[in-house]
Amino acid sequence: MTAGRARDERRLALWLCAPATLVMIAVTGWPILYSVLLSLQRADLRFPQDQAWIGLSNYTTVLSSPHWWTAFGVTALITVVSVAIELVLGMLVALVMFRTLVGRGLVRTVVLVPYGIVTVAAAYGWKYAWTPGTGWLANLLPAGQAPLTGQWSSIAIIILAEVWKTTPFMALLLMTGLALVPEELLRAAAMDGANRRQRFTKIVLPLMKPAILVALLFRTLDAFRIFDNVYVLTDGAHDTASVSITAYHNLIGGLNLGIGSTMSVLILISVAIIAFVFIRVFGAAAPR
Amino acid sequence: MRLRWGLIDVLVVLYALIPVLWIVSLSFKDPSTITDGALLPTKWTWSNYAGIFRNDDFTRGLVNSIGIGLIATFIAMLFGTMAAYAIARLTFPGKRALIGFSLLIAMFPQISLVTPLFQIERALGLFDTWPGLILPYVTFALPLTIYTLSAFFKEIPTELERAAKMDGATPFQAFWKVIVPLAVPGMVTTAILAFIFCWNDFLFAISLTSSSAARTAPATISFFTGGSQFEDPTGSIAAAAVVITIPIVVFVLLFQRRIVAGLTSGAVKG
Repeated sequence: MTAGRARDERRLALWLCAPATLVMIAVTGWPILYSVLLSLQRADLRFPQDQAWIGLSNYTTVLSSPHWWTAFGVTALITVVSVAIELVLGMLVALVMFRTLVGRGLVRTVVLVPYGIVTVAAAYGWKYAWTPGTGWLANLLPAGQAPLTGQWSSIAIIILAEVWKTTPFMALLLMTGLALVPEELLRAAAMDGANRRQRFTKIVLPLMKPAILVALLFRTLDAFRIFDNVYVLTDGAHDTASVSITAYHNLIGGLNLGIGSTMSVLILISVAIIAFVFIRVFGAAAPR
Repeated sequence: MRLRWGLIDVLVVLYALIPVLWIVSLSFKDPSTITDGALLPTKWTWSNYAGIFRNDDFTRGLVNSIGIGLIATFIAMLFGTMAAYAIARLTFPGKRALIGFSLLIAMFPQISLVTPLFQIERALGLFDTWPGLILPYVTFALPLTIYTLSAFFKEIPTELERAAKMDGATPFQAFWKVIVPLAVPGMVTTAILAFIFCWNDFLFAISLTSSSAARTAPATISFFTGGSQFEDPTGSIAAAAVVITIPIVVFVLLFQRRIVAGLTSGAVKG
């Protein structure tokens, strides 16, 4: 009877999971395999008759290309700087949402606005804001400045756009972590003479560590694949291309499937390394 | 104390709203004043909005966005609900593998799929069609739906199903007649999050389409060049950006509490 129940349950579970699993495997599994295969071939849609197996030479081409490494550096820089800023800013916003005495509902609602905005729409907003003549922010700069035509200033604006849009998400994740800190513990520490700063660094932060690590993991992997903001703001001009933008240009502009696939595989490997470091080295618990 | 919190609140509100205010203001600026650089319009006009709705490509893009988004959300919800229920309630081999696999997809760099999908979809005739975008959208929305829904399902007491099964219900009946009705609020939230994901996507939308047959609204905007080649598209782009943003922002604000619960349930409960 119970054995029959268990078997029924297993059968039901398999039927219930089958459609989702099949779709996910069909749309990711085969394409990944296919892109590994393409990365080992000379496959350029402009010269279809030249298709041939060439081993790892696409990898040598990409890995010895300064463009690739510039894109990689830019992506790493954008990722590290924006996630760092988001963590600090997100923590502040989370504390405000959690502790504020006035207008808590209003703050919690308004903070969701950047999350709700379509990334491309917001990116155009930032682009025009920094366009000389048109933009209210560009007009605050000394005359003759065009920040979106320089590498560093463009990267700064890309980071600004990214931070603005995703800080609310970070803040929400951190706020859930804050809610897990027992109030009594903080009160007891205050009684024992711990000041506000000590309570935050000695009690709140350690207890929030799991929440912080998960938020960092999510946002780091998300920032590493940055595409929309860069596409709209600079489209990779002035050495501001991210790895996603570079791979996209090789595919859509260059129609070079071999090189594009090689970059895809390299990006996938980078992401796997980042996830591995977070989970193994920092001990970020994968959400269950 | 209250005053200080009030001031901090104001700062947070300004942070969230000024960039939005700027796009809205830009979209209402008269073409003659669009390059004046003022934060607020000095000469108001509706003409930017009238202009984009005269543009067939944009209205077509909106139709594509809504259609593709709704269908992808529906499929992801259907499959996601089934899998999430199994994860939340049943014991079966491979459960952890399924959770791990969907987590992997949630963090997957989409660009790595774009190159092979571009080629595969061209071979299968899916390139530049609705199904061609629905497929990747369902795939990337599934981890989100599975996570959020299984967190919601876990909150529904097991006794309810046990009682139903005592009364002779099959596992499927227990799921369909007892759990699903109770899970409706969580499902609405999840559906909204999944729809926002599809609506927001840009990378697949520009890579896997080549005409207005399937190009979604965000992708259409990036192809705006202005009414004529001498016309600057700034006003139209701003107006179109507002049009595609407003429905989502309204949704998010209406369902604020639920969305916060949904966004954080999958990530932190673990």
